[in-house]
Amino acid sequence: MTVVLSHQAKLAIDAWLTKYPEDQRQSAVLFALKVVQEENGGWLTEDLMDMVAAYLKMPRIAVYEVATFYNMFELEPVGKHKICICTNISCMLKGSDEIVAHFKTKLGIDFGQTTEDGHFTLKEVECLAACGGAPAVQIGRTYYENLTPEKIDAILAELEGVK
Amino acid sequence: MADEVCFRTLHLASPWSLSAYESVGGYQVWRKLLKEKIKPEAIIDELKLSALRGRGGAGFPTGLKWSFMPRNAKGQKYIVCNSDEGEPGTFKDRDILRFNPHQLIEGMAIAGYVMGATVGFNYIRGEFFEPFERVEQALQEARTLGLIGKNILGTQVDFELHNVLGAGAYICGEETALMDSIEGKKGLPRFKPPFPANYGVYGRPTNINNTETFASVPVILQHGGKWFLELGKPNNGGCKIFSISGHVEKPGNYEVGLGIRFSELLSMAGGVQKGRRLKAVIPGGSSAPVLPAEIMMNLTMDYDALSKAGSMLGSGAVIVLDETTCMVKMLARIAHFYFEESCGQCSPCREGTGWMSRLLHRMEKGESKMGDIELLNSVADGIMGRTICALGDAAAMPVQSFLKHFKNEFEYHVTHKRCLIKDL
Ligand SMILES: Cc1cc2nc3c(=O)[nH]c(=O)nc-3n(C[C@H](O)[C@H](O)[C@H](O)COP(=O)(O)O)c2cc1C
Ligand code: FES
Repeated sequence: MTVVLSHQAKLAIDAWLTKYPEDQRQSAVLFALKVVQEENGGWLTEDLMDMVAAYLKMPRIAVYEVATFYNMFELEPVGKHKICICTNISCMLKGSDEIVAHFKTKLGIDFGQTTEDGHFTLKEVECLAACGGAPAVQIGRTYYENLTPEKIDAILAELEGVK
Repeated sequence: MADEVCFRTLHLASPWSLSAYESVGGYQVWRKLLKEKIKPEAIIDELKLSALRGRGGAGFPTGLKWSFMPRNAKGQKYIVCNSDEGEPGTFKDRDILRFNPHQLIEGMAIAGYVMGATVGFNYIRGEFFEPFERVEQALQEARTLGLIGKNILGTQVDFELHNVLGAGAYICGEETALMDSIEGKKGLPRFKPPFPANYGVYGRPTNINNTETFASVPVILQHGGKWFLELGKPNNGGCKIFSISGHVEKPGNYEVGLGIRFSELLSMAGGVQKGRRLKAVIPGGSSAPVLPAEIMMNLTMDYDALSKAGSMLGSGAVIVLDETTCMVKMLARIAHFYFEESCGQCSPCREGTGWMSRLLHRMEKGESKMGDIELLNSVADGIMGRTICALGDAAAMPVQSFLKHFKNEFEYHVTHKRCLIKDL
């Protein structure tokens, strides 16, 4: 199966490329990977990375290096909602242990796992720069702060009708 | 004396809007500089007088840094803003981006003018989708007004600004790793020298400052360096945003004059939570050495006082720990962070951070062997000062300081295989 960069993705990457000097196409790689990752349901395949490499005229290995270095990139399938839980110090002081436990029991999965219905993935992350609203998590593009087990239940219900 | 600099629009409706910013005098400085063709040297002098020091962590004097840029050198030069905000405990740049983006834009434009750079990059951490949208919108408004772009207000001055995004890596907050990241590479800190002022983004002369640093500049130039200096204290000019988190009643950002007493800052944040006793404070982000309550309660919050007390002001992230905190668990989590985020270039950091993390994890669980504390200390000493960038020191300093001030808790974990705090 050959995959090609979607028209939408090309448009977005081309617009982003105008930020950099013409001979520095590689600069757009983080953005390009984000675009194709999002189009692909939240994770990167080797084919996608190769396409980005070709489009930005950079060695494939240089794209793999970037994709494995930055932790917002996923190299395995993830659920529709990636729940990134901060367990760093300010969140820990405000009870992130309890938040983690609640998510785990509620969804029946551990960090790095996805629910069977493919809806949720749990991921442990470092400080989100939301420590004033600790404990904090990021789901998709949104930050949720001052979390409690009750708030988590409401969030999950809203996202996917989980009871 | 609060919210006077970076948060000066915060009391207004839609504080991020152009109209809110203009109502406090926004873009007036930028217009004036352009119109009157004010000499860059005069601006640098004003910044030196203000005693503005870098808000990103190292506290380097900003006026001096700006004077290092070869403004008349031929070819492209760059201004870079460090909005990577990754130091645990720090959450102030996110609020500047969300609530006062125009002031950052004005500050960066002024920097471009002073240092002869026609292009700027604002590197925003990848998780900040919403703040990114805010700054993008503000930038669009500034372009529409002709305040950013080519031939600004017909003066033939150019300054193009671009918001770019990271993708999740603490190390990209280190200035040279950040530059590699802009170039589309892994963020690996570079050897210095050469310094960014000579060899920065794409190998071109580059000035890099933190978000709060740039956002302070328009206000300094509007009210004068002396005014700013007097908001703080000598050598520690101005207001600083303190991000207060942990065991306080009202966590949040507080923009107050440098030199404020810690006790006063603590009361602003509602005091220690649940009426408990203060145990210790990490006064400048997770890298800053921890200080016990007795020392903190007698300190003022400024670069010089904290460094004299053996810690640092860092990014201004004040993490408050109450009497129920287990220091072994705390340190184990900090060590885990540096292990996760080490880029792996330098062996002392790559190996040492993992070693410290494993030792501390074991200690927390009560599985330590005799001698582990000494070993831990020696690993930290072995990292300190032996790495390309300061991440190594940032990992070592917490270990050294926790062991210095709270050794008894670590010993208890080793000898009793239990937690002292839980046993109390
Ligand atoms: C590991 C590491 C992480 C850093 N993270 C940040 C950061 O997130 N934001 C920041 O402004 N500075 C950070 N710094 C400091 C920058 O290297 C640099 O000193 C700063 O951006 C300079 O700006 P300033 O002079 O305005 O403070 C970090 C440094 C190190 C060693
Ligand atoms: S420690 Fe969790 S957001 Fe900063």
